[in-house]
Order: sequence, then structure tokens, then C-alpha cells
Amino acid sequence: MYKIAIIGDRDSVLGYMALGFSTYEASDAVEAGKILHKLAKDDSFAVIFLVENYAEQLTAETAKYKDDPLPAIVSIPGRAGSDGFGMNNIRSAVERAVGADILFKE
Amino acid sequence: MAEIRVNPTRMELKKLNTRYNTARRGHKLLKDKRDELMRRFLDVVREDKELRESVEARLAGVYGIFSAANAVSSPKMLTEALILPKREGKLSVDYKNVMSVTVPVFDLEILSEGGSDSYNYGLAFTSGGLDESLRELNSVLTDLVKLAELEKTAQLLAEEIERTRRRVNALEHIMMPQYLTAIKSIKMKLDENERGNITRLMKVKDMMLAQKLADGELYEDYTEEDRTEE
Repeated sequence: MYKIAIIGDRDSVLGYMALGFSTYEASDAVEAGKILHKLAKDDSFAVIFLVENYAEQLTAETAKYKDDPLPAIVSIPGRAGSDGFGMNNIRSAVERAVGADILFKE
Repeated sequence: MAEIRVNPTRMELKKLNTRYNTARRGHKLLKDKRDELMRRFLDVVREDKELRESVEARLAGVYGIFSAANAVSSPKMLTEALILPKREGKLSVDYKNVMSVTVPVFDLEILSEGGSDSYNYGLAFTSGGLDESLRELNSVLTDLVKLAELEKTAQLLAEEIERTRRRVNALEHIMMPQYLTAIKSIKMKLDENERGNITRLMKVKDMMLAQKLADGELYEDYTEEDRTEE
């Protein structure tokens, strides 16, 4: 059995507490990065949600875990709303695989 | 392009031919693998994109209600209400094999004390907005887990596709042409040797004939008929 973690600023994370997520508050991206590494090394987490504004500054850190089956690090919009970073991740995956962005072109 | 240096022998030629055939077969297989991976990847990514759009929209709604609820109650009270969850979200993880890529499949299980829709706080001091936002968030939960699964799958497939594509290209543009040029150069060298040998034999024979003619032998049993046969 694995746990689900969420890392983010206090306001974004609070609601998930009641849902039974393991919530971790981070006041800035550096702290979030430290927590992220700690959680990723700990094998009891299968999914780590990361609030977008931190995820954006932690792309190098999250890239380390990209090619392992676990944990899945997923960025979700925080309290401030979505700035399209999560979508960007999908886009970059497409670009990596196909060589060109064929899904989002407008 | 670096060429393969080999001894021009039949043995090497045979070896190279085998290797070329293996490379060609491998190339075909890998190409098929790449195409199939790509097809699955695009399915996953399309689903992922749609799900993310809906999840993001719904989360925005949740945060909106949550903010409103937050505004009418003190932060302290809110933390108090939420900090001790009655339930625990657990994931059981299974693995699925997609074209030899291991991808996780998440299954959400909520372990809760009391009814599944029970709140972990008393209703007296909190606003109705909090209840509502949590209910909403709860309904997004399964989609969030699904989103994590899809996104992970997409990442893993993308990596595998990239690798496979590189291997296909390496075989197609480097390995196979190298083998072909090596095979060709051996063949030419062997043919050249063969031709050299034949001319040498003919030359020797001519010299021997000339010698014998000069000695005045063979006039009677060497006729014009024999000559044309050669």
C-alpha cells in the first residue's frame, strides 16, 4: 500500500489534508525541493502532487524521477490557479516522443 | 562515416552477411515497435490532456469555494477542522506492461472511520462552504489519481519511444550502410583477386605453349580444335 503526498504552499495544501493525503507545506521552492527528494527516496509514496508554482522551479529535480515507474510526480494547479505548466509537461512529453508538438499546435 | 576494416576473405564476407541480415531484421522489428508505441502514446496523451483540462477547471472551482469558506472563518479554526483527517487515501499499485515498458496502474482506496462522506470536524464552527469544497475535492480525487497514472505512463512511453527511435535511426543510417560498404568492398576485392588469378593462369599457359612451340614439340597432337576449346 502506498501513500499519496502533496507538496505546496499552506493555502493550497490545506484542503487535501482532510482527504487523507500526506500533506507537506513548503514556504518556497527550495524547501519544496528538499521535501520532494525526501519523499521520492522514501518508497512509501506512489504519487507526489506538486503545486504548479513550485513545480515550475523544480523541473531539474522532477526530471530525475521522470524515467522511473515510481513515484509519479504530477504538478497540479495551486491556490493561485493554473498557469499552464501542467499542460506544458504533456507538451514536452509529446515533443520528446514525436520530435514535434503535434497535439497543441494552433 | 567510419568504415569497418575487415580482411577481404570469404569467411569475413559470410560473417558480415549474417550481421547485415540480423541488423535488417532488427531494424524492421524496432520500426514496428516504434510505430505501435507511438500509437499507444498518442492515445494516452490525448486522454491525459482532456483529463487535465477537466481536473484543472474543477480544482479552480474548489479553490474558489475554499477561499470563500476561508474568508468567513479564522485560519486557526480552519486548520483545527482539517488537521486530523478521519480517513486515509491509500494507493495500491499494479504494474502493466505496455510494449515492454512497465507502467504503474494506481488504484485508490479510502480507508475511513465512519461513513465515507463523514467530515472530520464538527459542523458548528465551520461554514457550509468548507463542506462543499471538500465534497467537490473528494469527487476530483479519483480523477487526480487517474491523471497521475496517465501522466506517468506518458512520460515513460515518451522515453521508450525516444530510445527506440534512436536505435532505429542508428541501424538504418549507420550500421546497415557500414555493413553494406564493407560487404561490397570485400566482394570487389575477391573478384579482383579472382580476375588476377585467371589472367595469371592464362599468361602462364601461353608462356608454356610458346616454350613448347619453340622446342618444336607437340605439333602433331596440338591442333586448331584444341585451341578454340580453351
